Amino acid sequence: MSVNAPANPAPQKAAPKASSRTRSERKLAWMLCAPAVLAMLLVTAYPIAYAVVLSLQDVDLRFPDEGGFAGLSNYSTVLSSSLWWTDIFNTVFIMVISVAIELVLGMAIALVMHRAIFGRGVVRTSVLIPYGIITVVAAFAWQFAFSPETGFVNNLPLISDEMDWFGGRFSSFAVIILAEVWKTTPFMALLLLAGLVTIDDQLYEAARVDGATAWQRFTRITLPLMKPAILVALLFRTLDAFRVFDTIFVMTRGALDTESVSILGYNQLISRLNLGLGSAVSVLIFLCVFLIAFIFVKGFGAKVEEGRPS
Amino acid sequence: MVCLAAAALAAGVLTACGGSSDSSGPRELTFFVAIQPGGTIEEVSKRCSEESNGKYTITPEFLPTDASQQREQLVRRLGAEDSSIDIIGMDVIWTGEFANAGWVEEWTGAEKKQVTEKVFPNVIETASFEGKLYAAPFNTNTQLLWYRKDLVKTPPKTWDQMIEEAEGLEEASSIQVQANRYEGYMVFVNALIESAGTEILSGPEEVDLEQGPTEKALEVIGKLANGGAAPPSLSTSDEDTARLGFEAGESAFMTNYTFAYASAKEEAPDIFKNMGYARFPRVDASKPSKPPLGGFNLAVSSFSDNKDVAFEAAACLADKDSQKTAVELDGLPPSRSDLYTDKTVTSAYPGFAELVKESIEASGPRPTTPAYQDVSLAVQRALHPPDKIDPDDTESVYDELKSLVEDAVKREGLL
Repeated sequence: MSVNAPANPAPQKAAPKASSRTRSERKLAWMLCAPAVLAMLLVTAYPIAYAVVLSLQDVDLRFPDEGGFAGLSNYSTVLSSSLWWTDIFNTVFIMVISVAIELVLGMAIALVMHRAIFGRGVVRTSVLIPYGIITVVAAFAWQFAFSPETGFVNNLPLISDEMDWFGGRFSSFAVIILAEVWKTTPFMALLLLAGLVTIDDQLYEAARVDGATAWQRFTRITLPLMKPAILVALLFRTLDAFRVFDTIFVMTRGALDTESVSILGYNQLISRLNLGLGSAVSVLIFLCVFLIAFIFVKGFGAKVEEGRPS
Repeated sequence: MVCLAAAALAAGVLTACGGSSDSSGPRELTFFVAIQPGGTIEEVSKRCSEESNGKYTITPEFLPTDASQQREQLVRRLGAEDSSIDIIGMDVIWTGEFANAGWVEEWTGAEKKQVTEKVFPNVIETASFEGKLYAAPFNTNTQLLWYRKDLVKTPPKTWDQMIEEAEGLEEASSIQVQANRYEGYMVFVNALIESAGTEILSGPEEVDLEQGPTEKALEVIGKLANGGAAPPSLSTSDEDTARLGFEAGESAFMTNYTFAYASAKEEAPDIFKNMGYARFPRVDASKPSKPPLGGFNLAVSSFSDNKDVAFEAAACLADKDSQKTAVELDGLPPSRSDLYTDKTVTSAYPGFAELVKESIEASGPRPTTPAYQDVSLAVQRALHPPDKIDPDDTESVYDELKSLVEDAVKREGLL
């Protein structure tokens, strides 16, 4: 999880100009970083730039002889389509609800992991198991569990045997969100645990001496001191959840208005081979993700360096 | 090294290593095709390789069973001009797209004559685009109406009769169809629209969808989906859930492909005892129905390095013997009409070989257009879930369908 290199903690000396030693160290630092920077440019900047170029063109692989520069027409097609806005709604709906549930559950699990007196390693490892399972596999497992023909869920008390979970929009959302929560809560818990361990135990002792209740200790000490960790955990999960694809693709393939923006992009790019329109969708998804990150960092003051799990 | 290996393969042609190296054993052909559980593909590839007398060997490369995923894997390779594909098992609906993009080679001359001999005309149509043949017809497929003889005296002639009759039954009162949001739903919708007397497209870019008949077809879907004859998971049903529902005794009626017969025989002997068959029901009582048409044709990839032998191999893979193998091992109906009196076919379809033939001859194929994928997605999007269609007011759904299809043939809009 190396998102950013930690800020250089070297004390700033009030030297009027850098010594030759500092200069050569800085040069060395640049040289050491260069391969990584190059690799990043190659594998991320190039595809992103290429997608932007494609999105301004009328390219369809099925019609190799047609096409040309299209300006912003692909973008206006996407943004004026009700489908795009329905899919944005679906994606945000799934994102907000699943991240909210994950935060509450993740916090509870983090507290348990933190307090575990014996078998700490076993507890932490076993909590992580769902996160280690491939999303497609997990999605199939949940789909089978909820299927009226093969699943066990409809045999549970209080649930109708006839319930067709994937036959309605919001019942499909419920299963999709459940599968997402099951899979990624451990990740959330782990990020929160990293924040939890940085809190000095003496603060709790002092609070206890002053007669603070457990709830007061949680709301007055734990939460404020964990704010950076919580924000980073929320940021990571929100960005991830916005790109939800596998679970929906396996469970409904986007039927009954359960499509996410990623599936919309897939349909244009992979199924229709309409690279222009598909790239426009991809670039818009990228911008949305960028916007979410911007809001978290500028709006809520999330600092990726401070809250990083390590 | 290469020389030694080649010599070993071509056993005896040692002189080849002297100078020229053109006779280096059989040419390797790769055949990208959907897997058939009965083993047809392996069997025909093996036979044709053997019969070529060392000219070529065919290696099948299997694609997933899901039709959309087969296409996605193929178009990704073909879009990138992948030369590792020689022969393509091409679904009947891909012809327009693949031919227009220049991904598959045209068949001409003696080979064209050979592979179209005695083949149903509408099957040849599915392998053609703009009057040119792009593939050798292999197997075809069609749907029949399967019903329970213990519950239904005579099979219904029309969908309206069938829905009414099913709703009146005390048990097994549902009708199994395919209505998940996938290609199978397009098959179902297209068959109803064709049977109603109109068609989705009248040319690669001309939308037809005459209002009266189209609304009649939509009314049938709405009536089925919103009435008592709809199975509980109608909106997620496919060929397999339909078969399972019928075999479990939940339904008196089902429209499905011919595999349903062999499957019921194997899986549900009690239901099988009373399993009857009839032609796909009519939408308009005064017009004969037009059942669905499926199947695979074999095309030669334009990016193959072995086109000359690939044509020969594809012709063998699609010949009379191969078609018999397909019906014997996998129950796939042959595309040659003269085989329907052959013993392999009459024993695979005991009593209904003639009905299968009649259904194929009368079938209403799905539209041929380079933008087929867009049209199919548009139809699925406009009409799914099926219960959104109000049988008493089909006009709003009709307008939505028409405008989405009009955008789709022009490849406009998001889908």
